[in-house]
Amino acid sequence: MEALSLPAALSLVAGGGAGLSPELRAALGASLPLLQRDYRFERVWFWGCIQGVRGAYYIAQGLGPDRAAPRSRLYSLNCLDWSLLTAATEEMLALAEEVKGRFQGDPSFEYSLAEINPEHERVPVMKEEARLIATIEQIDRAVGIVPRGAFVKTPLGSVHENRHFEGLSLVEAKKLSSYFHFTEPTNLKNKTLLEKADLDPSTDFLNSLEHDIPQGSWSIQLEKGGSVVVLRSLLWLGLTFYHVPMTKQFGYVYFGTGEKNLDLPFML
Amino acid sequence: MDPSPEPDPSHEPHSAYPEGAYPEGAYPEGAYPEDAYEGGHGPYQPHEPGYGLDQPGYSPYEDEIPDAQARMLAIKNAKAYLLTTSTKSGLNLYDHLATILTKILDEQPANTVDIIETISQDVKWAQFRKKMDTLRDEHLIPPTFEAAEKCKALFIKEAGEEEPEELDEEMGEPALPNVMETAFYFEQAGIGLSKDECYYIFLAFKNLISVQPIQTCRFWGKILGLEMNYIIAEVQLREGEEEEEEREEEEEETVAEEEKEMGEGEEEVEQKEKEPEPPKSTYKPPPEIPKEANGTGTNKYVYFVCNEPGKPWVKLPPVTPAQIVCARQIKKFFTGRLDAPIVSFPPFPGNEANYLRAQIARISAGTHVSPTGFYQFPEDEEEEEGGDTYEENPEFEPPPVAEMVESLAMWAHHVKGILKQGRCVWINPAQKSEEDEEEGEEEEEEEEEERQEETGQPLLTLISEDEGNLRTSTSAGVTNTIQKATLLRCPRRQRQNFPLSQESLRQQTPLWKRSWLSRLRRKKP
Repeated sequence: MEALSLPAALSLVAGGGAGLSPELRAALGASLPLLQRDYRFERVWFWGCIQGVRGAYYIAQGLGPDRAAPRSRLYSLNCLDWSLLTAATEEMLALAEEVKGRFQGDPSFEYSLAEINPEHERVPVMKEEARLIATIEQIDRAVGIVPRGAFVKTPLGSVHENRHFEGLSLVEAKKLSSYFHFTEPTNLKNKTLLEKADLDPSTDFLNSLEHDIPQGSWSIQLEKGGSVVVLRSLLWLGLTFYHVPMTKQFGYVYFGTGEKNLDLPFML
Repeated sequence: MDPSPEPDPSHEPHSAYPEGAYPEGAYPEGAYPEDAYEGGHGPYQPHEPGYGLDQPGYSPYEDEIPDAQARMLAIKNAKAYLLTTSTKSGLNLYDHLATILTKILDEQPANTVDIIETISQDVKWAQFRKKMDTLRDEHLIPPTFEAAEKCKALFIKEAGEEEPEELDEEMGEPALPNVMETAFYFEQAGIGLSKDECYYIFLAFKNLISVQPIQTCRFWGKILGLEMNYIIAEVQLREGEEEEEEREEEEEETVAEEEKEMGEGEEEVEQKEKEPEPPKSTYKPPPEIPKEANGTGTNKYVYFVCNEPGKPWVKLPPVTPAQIVCARQIKKFFTGRLDAPIVSFPPFPGNEANYLRAQIARISAGTHVSPTGFYQFPEDEEEEEGGDTYEENPEFEPPPVAEMVESLAMWAHHVKGILKQGRCVWINPAQKSEEDEEEGEEEEEEEEEERQEETGQPLLTLISEDEGNLRTSTSAGVTNTIQKATLLRCPRRQRQNFPLSQESLRQQTPLWKRSWLSRLRRKKP
């Protein structure tokens, strides 16, 4: 969620019980603008919080002029001092899939992969920081969503916010097809020509949610008497997306343990 | 200076000379023809844009038709062309451009040239709606307003309600829970619903208390579902009312049994007339373990749920041990509808209301903790292992916050744990079927009974004695880590008016990391 609209946004996602204490909120209000100044980000998003056993990681993202470019991620243990995380590699992602269980809360903790899978002789340990990077990347790729029409792609390829986006209507807001994954699209080319004809290439350049597997992995609810649409992911428990229809307010935040819900097909 | 054709950067007229434009020595120094035009542009060269425009008839300003009348005609033709109505949409370009320019001049957005196409599209769509719709749009009342009405109804007092002062005199303690106060403390820890929602819940509790005969009431929590959520209240009904309800339930059960017997009698008569049937199986299912009585064990409290504050409260049925045993084996999302079936393996004996009640029982038994010593067994009763009651310890001295955080032995369960059988107090299922057994079988079962009797930990055990992974997944933390001002003790119940800068959490409700997350989605502790 946008750092500038943090207080209002937090009250909209509080229906899930997740939130920040007043102390952390105040700290974020002070430290996120400083991040923007120091790293020359155009936008700073507060990504969320991953709860470990002994501590929590607070994550922020910075975006440059092209909103679809790889984002810089920073983490902090107290919302005041932020450390930059390196970009995620495929190897990190593959290793992180094998580590199970809660995060410890200590960035230098090492998971011994040799116990989990004896084949890993080359890389016997995985640091918690690497697991954190990989988890954030996975969550963003899998369930980081934006409403349709909020971003436009220019003919040069870069992606910007659509200044003419006035929000989804109430009817559109209840449909899964009005929301897109904010990552590289994978199945746009698989659409039939008939569907493609209806699409607008400047706004429909991302995957929509309706083809997510398994079906029903999103829960859409209208809260506050129908004035806020809240989408909760069931695959990564704790990711909440909110949007106030007919306004420009939207955002997503993750408050959870950082574990993928592999039992999802059984739970539906 | 040698007369080279290389351009001299300090003395360069407006146009740029490519190399080799002048052959060497073509002009003496200072005699370049361009120099004669100081401050202006020299004659255009063929390679430069603008070449030839100085010829008469080709200047950009001479595009106009020289003849005035012919010019007016040309203008009219151009305008008529712009005014032609499109065959498809009924619009014409002239009006469209005029509207766009008016809109742009009115709004004056920044970087207009970049968004001109979007503006054009928007204007077109606006035009469409006006002209093509001959039917008037039905005035849609979005659900927002209905929900707002319900919320408003919460605020309005019903006519004829007793004044709150009278209520306080009759009852010892106020039954209405102070939801806002607990919400404040939880907010310090970073957990909780927004203040607005908490207030609506508080008002909904007022309604609940006025409708149901309630002795004590507490906000248990909120469980998220796929379509709707549940808000749960933990309630103890007044004693007279409970007996009435039990009697009603028993009457219903006996009526159902009588109906079954009547049905069986009829079937038996029919069977005698038919041909001999295949042998019936001699499998006797294990005897059903009876549920605990209302007011004890897992059914100590009664739970009411509603989907949203403002909607009517529904009472959840008491939980049976079979439901708890099955709930331990399955993992399902709640949909938000209490009558939804639970499709699972092993099959859950009940619908979503029963599953919800079973999960509530498991969560309460596993995670409700309080500081050690806050509750004590009442002194007049003997300390039996099956003691179910506890009372506040008036001599409780709150230990300092640092101690409470570091050692898990400072916290104790105040809800009885659930045994494997599904009850808090073990019961021997063999006692029910005494009539059918022979003596030999009874002896065998007694031996088994000794092996199988389960005992749980007594009430008020420290959570540091929890087994296995329960200990590692519970952690304690302080709410305020930055300000290390004064280490204040945790407040007593009475002194809660002023918030303290460092405080541990209120005693009754569980806070810790595994428990709040496990409240949100049903998880096995």
